[in-house]
This record gives sequence, C-alpha cells and structure tokens, in this order.
Amino acid sequence: MKRSFLFDNMVVLLFVAITGLGIWFSGLSLGFVVMDLVTRIARNGLMVVALLIPVTAGMGLNFAVILGAMAAQIAIIAVVHWQIAGINGILLATLLSTPLAILFGLFIGRLLNKTRGQEMITSMIAGFFADGLYMLLLMVIVGTLIPLRNPQIMLPHGIGILNTVDLAILRGAVDDLYRMSFPHFMVLVAAIFLSIGAWFQYSTRGSRQPSAKRALPFFLIAGAAALSFVLTRSPDSSFVIVSVPVVTFAIIGLACAFLGFIATTKLGQDFRTVGQDQHVAKISGIDVDKTRIIAITISTVMAAWGQILLLSNLGNLSTYGSHISVGVFAIAALLIGGATVTKATVGQALTGLVLFHTLFLVSPMAGRNLLGDAQLGEFFRVFIAYGVIAVSLAMYAWKRAYAGKRQLRS
Amino acid sequence: MNKLLSSALASFGFARLIIVAFLIVLVIGAAVLGIPLGPLLSNALVRTGMNGIFVLAMLPTIISGIGPNFGLPLGILCGLVGGLLAIELDMRGFPAFFLAVTVGIPLSATVGAMYGWLLNKVKGSEMMVSTYVGFSFVSLMNIGWIIMPFASPEMVWPIGRGLRVTISLADRFASVLDKFWAFQIFGVVVPTGLLLAFLLMCGLMWLFVRSKAGMAMKAVGDSRQFALASGINVDKYRLLSAVLSTVLGAVGIVVFSQSFTFLQLYEAPMGMGFPAAAAILIGGATVRRANILNVILGVFLFQSLLVVSLPVINKVIMVGGVAEIARIIVSNGIILYALAQVSRGD
Repeated sequence: MKRSFLFDNMVVLLFVAITGLGIWFSGLSLGFVVMDLVTRIARNGLMVVALLIPVTAGMGLNFAVILGAMAAQIAIIAVVHWQIAGINGILLATLLSTPLAILFGLFIGRLLNKTRGQEMITSMIAGFFADGLYMLLLMVIVGTLIPLRNPQIMLPHGIGILNTVDLAILRGAVDDLYRMSFPHFMVLVAAIFLSIGAWFQYSTRGSRQPSAKRALPFFLIAGAAALSFVLTRSPDSSFVIVSVPVVTFAIIGLACAFLGFIATTKLGQDFRTVGQDQHVAKISGIDVDKTRIIAITISTVMAAWGQILLLSNLGNLSTYGSHISVGVFAIAALLIGGATVTKATVGQALTGLVLFHTLFLVSPMAGRNLLGDAQLGEFFRVFIAYGVIAVSLAMYAWKRAYAGKRQLRS
Repeated sequence: MNKLLSSALASFGFARLIIVAFLIVLVIGAAVLGIPLGPLLSNALVRTGMNGIFVLAMLPTIISGIGPNFGLPLGILCGLVGGLLAIELDMRGFPAFFLAVTVGIPLSATVGAMYGWLLNKVKGSEMMVSTYVGFSFVSLMNIGWIIMPFASPEMVWPIGRGLRVTISLADRFASVLDKFWAFQIFGVVVPTGLLLAFLLMCGLMWLFVRSKAGMAMKAVGDSRQFALASGINVDKYRLLSAVLSTVLGAVGIVVFSQSFTFLQLYEAPMGMGFPAAAAILIGGATVRRANILNVILGVFLFQSLLVVSLPVINKVIMVGGVAEIARIIVSNGIILYALAQVSRGD
C-alpha cells in the first residue's frame, strides 16, 4: 500500500505552511527566530523525546510525564535548599530525581495495566491527582511534618515552599558549559550526521531495513546543516550572535541515540510487539505487564531529566506551575511533527519541536501585526496546542472504532 | 445478614468509604473545635444547588454508555454566551436569568448535536476525546471573548479589546434563585429557589429516564449489540444523551453563576467537568451506571466535604489553598478509582 508523500505528511506540511506564514507576518528577523528557537529546543527537547517509548509500546501519549517533572522539581528544591551550585547541583538533582521518577513510573505503569484501553485518560487524571499530592507535600507537609527551615525558599510563616524559587545558582549550569556560534555548530552537526549516515550505509548489523534508506535522512540533515553553515558564516550575518548550548544538545542527541539503540535490542522488539498486539505478545512469551511498566518508567525518568534541563535554562522555578503545561506542550509538539497515538519517531519529535516552538514564538507578534492584538496570537497558539491533540485523539479513536466494527462484521 | 452487609460495602467501594469516613471525621472535628455547624450547612446547601445541575449533566451520557461527560465545558460556554447577552440587553432579575437560559438552550443543543455526532465516531475513547474537545473549545472561545461584538461597559475592558475575565452580576441576576423563598431555620439559611430549581431538573430527568426514550437510552448503554438487535437506533440515542448533557451544562452555568455572582470567562470553564464527574462517582455511580440518587447524594457529599474541610483544617494549621488541594485530590482520586474499576469489570 503506497500512498503519496503529500498525504503521508499532511499534518507536517500544514504546520510548515502555518509556521511559515507566522514568521512572515511577525516581521521578526530570521536570526532572532533561530536564536530563540535554539534556546527553546534546548529547553524542551528531552521532554518530547521522553514521550516516544510509551507510544511504541501501545500506551499512547503519556500525559503522566508531568510526574517526572514533579520528581525533578522536588529534587531541585532540595538542591537549592542545600545551596549546591552549578553543574554539581544539576548532577545531584539528577541523582535525586531518578529514584523518585522510577518510583512514580512503576506506580503509573501498574495503574495503566489496570486500565487497559483507557491509558491516556488515566495517565492524564493520574497527572492531576499527583499534582494534588505534590501541592499537599510542598504547601502543607513541608514545614509541618518535614521540619524544614529556610526563609529563602519558604513562605514567611514557615509552612510551605514559595510560589517562585530563584534558581540563580543553577542557571545556565548545563547550557553554559560549552557554547558555540551557530555556523560552527552547523559544521559539527554536518560532521556528526555524515558519520552516522555513513555508518548506517556501510554497516548492516542489527537492521533488516535496507541500510541506504536508513542513512538517507542523516545525509539530508548533514547536507542542510552544511548549507546553513555556508549561508550564515559571513561575519555580518545576524546568525553569528546565536550561541548554541552544545552540551544540552549533546544530551538530547544521546537520548535520541539511546532510543535508536533500544529499538535494536530484545526489549525494543518487545515494546513493538506489545504495542501491536498484546495478545500475540503474551502468546510469544513476553511479559506484557512488565514491558509496559518498563516503557512508562523510562519515559518518566527521561521527563524528570528533561525538566531539570528546562529549569536550569529558565533560572527560576514556578513551584506550583512549571510542571503543569509541559506535558501538553510536549505532546502537541510531537503530534505537529506528524506523530500519531500509535506511531512516533525521533525524527517526528525533532521536526515537531522546531515547528511547534517556531509557531509559539512568532504567534504573538503575528497576532499583533495581523489582528492588532498580541493577546490573540497567544490564545491562538494555545488553541493550536489543544486543537492538534483533540484532532489526533479523535482521528485515532475514529480509526480504532472503525477497525472494531469491521472485526465484528467479519 | 453479614454477607449482605459485606456485599453492600463492596458495591459501595473502598474509595467512597474513605471519602465518607473523611467527611464524618471532619464534621466531628468541626463540632469539637467549636466551629458553628449552621453556616457550614447553609454553605453546603448553596454549593449543592450551584453544582447540582453540572452533576446531573453526567447522568445522560453515563446511561447511554458514553461515560462521564468530560466535554461539559462545551455546554458551559453556550450558557455563558446567554448570560452575556442578558447583560448586553440591559436586563435584570428573573427576566435576565430566563433570557440567559433561553439563549443557552438552543445554542447548546446545536453544539451538543455536533458533539454527539463526533462521540459516535469515536466509540471506546469518548472520555479522552471529549476532554480535549472541551479544552480546545475553551481555548477557541478565548479568542471569541476578545473578538465578539459585546459593548456593555460593565463587561468589556475599559481600555483594550475584549471581555473581562470575571463579570459581576451584582446588579443583574446575582442570587435570584438563592433568595427566592429563602428562609432561616436553626441558623441554617435554606436557598429554597436554588434547591427547587435543582430538584425540578432532577425530577424532569427522573421522568425522562422512565420514558420510552429514556429506556431505549439505557438499553443502548447496557449493550450496544443487544440494543441494535432489538431495533434501537444506537447512534440516535447516544447523540440525544450528548445533547441533553450539553444543554444541562448551559443551564447549569447560568444557575452556578447567579449563586457565584460572577460570570467567569476564559480559562475558568476548562476544569469544570472533572469535579462534576467526581461528584456523581462519589454518589455511588460508576462510569457505566448511574441514577438520580447518585447525583443528589454525590453532589451533597462532595460539596459538604469541601465546605467543611477548609475551616477545620485551618483551625489545625493556618495554610492557604487547603480546600483547593482537597478538591484536587478527592475529585481526581475518585475518577482514577472509577477508571480502575471499569477494567476489572470487563
């Protein structure tokens, strides 16, 4: 069954068009857009990548990534309390948040195994429920049952964490480790993607796909990066002021590579089998419940790390708000990249990140220039986020209901 | 007898037991701490009437097998448009209230029909789809509130464009139902009109459920295959239930707003479906089975819990947001519990 390129990539093409128009009407310079975009991708990249494994394992969009974000925020508050600055603070936060995230992941995994077929609504409500417990912990229990005294992060009367916690000691701890100008970074990207492409082209280990086909996207990206270098390298182009946080991108890149590696292992195969048909998976001797729990746990841990990157980039923590919308925005980004509830790839995650965040940063200005009100642009981008999720969910459910009906008849 | 008791307990459910026990502890706590119970009960009665119609809106969709209507914001938005129109036309008191309802009903019926059509296409995933359809409609209406051509100075921002976030009803139809035939007994203020309006809607629903259409709807909810085999148009009754629920959402927000004395626009309607679903579940419903008693009992228990928890907990420790935390934990906890129960049944 071969379909046209246009039909397969309808969603992406639509959003390329909307985003393109948005950039045009916003009147922002391309250099500025890229600069802001680089920061936003560094900030949100890992959270989007965290969504991929549960999709492969057939559990849909993991709305419970916000539990990972909460684990990260609890760890970060501890680090700020102990005043451990810089990269050491980030490492400690990572160390502390990981066991918490694993615990949360195990919990959600077990819950989702009890609510098969309704995983997404359950993960969403579980996120809300956990938010209540999180508020209970940080507003009521800290300062009463947990005897914490620290006026810098706590409310004046000694109970509860402040609404905003200053993370100055962690700001830029990862991003500023090593920065590179945009043109130079493009050379690095071209070199890395060229080598990965070449490796796929000439090594046939572990993949049944024709390797030239797998290598092609890498060559294309390498080519595009090389072209960007040529276009932006002149010293008076506005791109030289764009400095790229290399380490953050390396972490996101490693996470993607890790997902690529997992796909080639037995566990990755299990994820796919369970995702396609739990019954078949069970018959072929896979422990379905355990596989699903592992999928959600990996996702939650990655989400926690993603939130740590985000907070250290922002430099302040909105204690009761920073985690609320990360899940929704990450999911919207993934879907705009062309992913569906049942299929999502690293490529789609990255495409979606670029498109969604470009749209996000240009829409207030585009709204003001087009409709005379920046607020309209802001509302528009939120509508896009919710709307794209609603449409994807409806399309998925429609297909599933239709398939169910056909099965009944035959 | 013992067996009967334990089976009754099992059907009542562990989560509900915790909630009722928690409520009893809170009420005893209030009595011990010397918090006057009269005002608390008055408050609980008002909030029962305020939220009751939202909870009632969960009933038709549960009966028809769609499940709790998390897309309730759709109806709420239609009711808000009715309320805005009443102010725009400079109406006051009961006429304003009835105009809001009269405008809200046909609007919400139209929206509800489209919504029901969509829900028929996504059988099996209604809860998730309806949640996000509701969310996206709320965010679309955010744009709507700015560009709609309302001009009344008490509704629009003095400078800039668009409607205000909260619009006072003090001079319009605030508390028209609450004060209608209201009386005081043993220190408890009874909002007669409000409770009558809620019970009237419950009565109408009770009659509907027993009508031919209501029975057919129930049959659809019990088993689609069986309903189909007995010649019932499954999609038609599911669509009707979505229309009913959405209309109740519209009427519900007008009643809610007159008690609340403000119209709340923008983000406020977004989260209103979840507490309503939680209330009917607390009242003993499941996501597949519910009756009027579940509605009345559930909304009273849930709202009493919220009303009593605040002063009692604040007597023990002085922290803000306790009522909000209790609401989030209880409402989402009971929904999670109900979701986990469904699959065990299947």
